[in-house]
Amino acid sequence: MSRDTQIREQPKTHEVRIRVNGEERVTEVEARTSLLDWLREAIGLTGTKKGCNEGACGSCTVLVDGRRMNACMILVVQCEGSAVTTVEGLAGPDGELHPVQRAFSACDAYQCGYCTPGQLISAVACIEEGHTGSEEEVREWMSGNLCRCSAYPQITAAVMMAAEELGR
Amino acid sequence: MKRFTYDRPQLEGGAFSLLEQPEASVIAGGTELLNWMRLGIAEPDHLVDIARLPGWGEIALDGETLRIGALATLNKVGEHPLVDAHARALGEACLLAASAQLRNRATIGGNVLQRTRCVYFRAEAPLTWGCNKRQPGSGCAAIAGHSDDAAIFGWSESCAATHPSDPLVALACLDAEAELHSASGVRRLPVCDLHLSQVEAEAEGEDGATAENRLERGELIAAYLIPLRPASRSTYLKVRDRQSFAYSRVTAAASVELEDGVIGALRIALGSVAQRPWRLGRAEQALVGERLEEASLLAAIERDMEEARTLPGSDYKRRLARNAAIRAVMAAGA
Ligand SMILES: Cc1cc2nc3c(=O)[nH]c(=O)nc-3n(C[C@H](O)[C@H](O)[C@H](O)COP(=O)(O)OP(=O)(O)OC[C@H]3O[C@@H](n4cnc5c(N)ncnc54)[C@H](O)[C@@H]3O)c2cc1C
Ligand code: SF4
Ligand code: FES
Ligand code: FES
Repeated sequence: MSRDTQIREQPKTHEVRIRVNGEERVTEVEARTSLLDWLREAIGLTGTKKGCNEGACGSCTVLVDGRRMNACMILVVQCEGSAVTTVEGLAGPDGELHPVQRAFSACDAYQCGYCTPGQLISAVACIEEGHTGSEEEVREWMSGNLCRCSAYPQITAAVMMAAEELGR
Repeated sequence: MKRFTYDRPQLEGGAFSLLEQPEASVIAGGTELLNWMRLGIAEPDHLVDIARLPGWGEIALDGETLRIGALATLNKVGEHPLVDAHARALGEACLLAASAQLRNRATIGGNVLQRTRCVYFRAEAPLTWGCNKRQPGSGCAAIAGHSDDAAIFGWSESCAATHPSDPLVALACLDAEAELHSASGVRRLPVCDLHLSQVEAEAEGEDGATAENRLERGELIAAYLIPLRPASRSTYLKVRDRQSFAYSRVTAAASVELEDGVIGALRIALGSVAQRPWRLGRAEQALVGERLEEASLLAAIERDMEEARTLPGSDYKRRLARNAAIRAVMAAGA
């Protein structure tokens, strides 16, 4: 059986149920579609950024079922029944910024801003996990998010500030 | 990325039959496999997703062993109280690997099956240089070129790649066994015997560059079994270019049992020095009955290091590995 025949015999797309920022969706995807490409190109949520597409930069970080993960390293088909939160889902329904977003703004924790959506999501998770006991701990647990502009001191300060506001 | 089909079996048995298809591959977290598929290192026609096999991610005590399910993520293993209590080196190795977000996805089953970080290997196809691991018979660019990642033990003229895993080194030091499941049953293999150095592969009549482990086709790692040793303490040391989120230059795991300052039992494994974890068997034996002191460690470990064969770029690893081993043993016994 040739490779072509095999491919034609299989369904070209898979139906996946996935909740994004609280909204239930049913989508048809090819098995090879990454969560990152799908968020950006299929449903227009371009807040999540593609830096390296190999797990090395963190700019694609999203929450999957409450835990931070690199969206470039996940296939949509692996997300059946999962709930995903992107940077677009952080602010309240009335547009009120999340405490982490306010802290980033207050601390000037960015320059170009390309890494910021990933930093914000990662920071929300880092605080929730309880890894904000010291600046050193924050730097270790935020090391999966690179910042080419090297705003690290401000990012660390913002995470500490938001953690305090959130009572962690 | 090439097109492929995707299945998510509900039960173990379903996975085995799906894996009988030609060019089928298991996917767990996908943090390694997806990068291979992007680079052309692997081009499976079928993916069999085992990530939801029930019970495969559990960590529990089972009599005199700590059982770690293959689907446990690196963060889960690294932050688990049972691992901290009975296999500290493993917990530390997991938390020193990759990044917080990768560790939420990366499984400890897939981790030991990651492949080398050799820069000549990790490039997008087609390669314009020799790499026997990617294209058997094409030569080895690393041996004549940038060899700073190269192995210093067990490598051959065909390939000098190292294994980059952190958890694997700790598992080897702790005398863990891998529980392997396949359609034909269950078997156990010491983690120390799971991987092959290039020299070992060639001695077994296999290709030195491409035969990397003793897993059979269609065989899955279901769990690791770590013997409990209440009198031993273990630790893991990782030496790297930047302090966080980087692969290692050299690592050392040590497990020490002390009685009144005298070594009762000792296990040392080095990482990133070979294509498999490298146990320092001579030092482990010679040091039993000795006091835990740097001078005696140095003399004993030097004897294991005599076996090292380095390339111009990798010569630094000889000293780095020796010193890492000494520091790890001292820290475990402290
Ligand atoms: C940017 C980056 C940095 C990293 N840094 C480190 C580091 O510092 N230290 C370190 O140790 N690792 C590091 N890693 C590697 C990472 O830990 C591994 O990719 C991960 O653990 C692999 O697990 P997975 O479940 O994602 O495997 P997958 O990608 O799903 O699978 C990998 C391979 O294992 C096979 N497989 C998976 N599970 C099983 C099973 N149960 N039985 C049989 N076969 C199986 C698959 O078929 C495939 O061949 C890094 C990875 C990235 C992307
Ligand atoms: S060391 Fe091995 S992986 Fe690296 S180029 Fe040589 S053959 Fe390829
Ligand atoms: S784009 Fe996913 S980690 Fe860089
Ligand atoms: S603000 Fe520019 S990359 Fe971080």
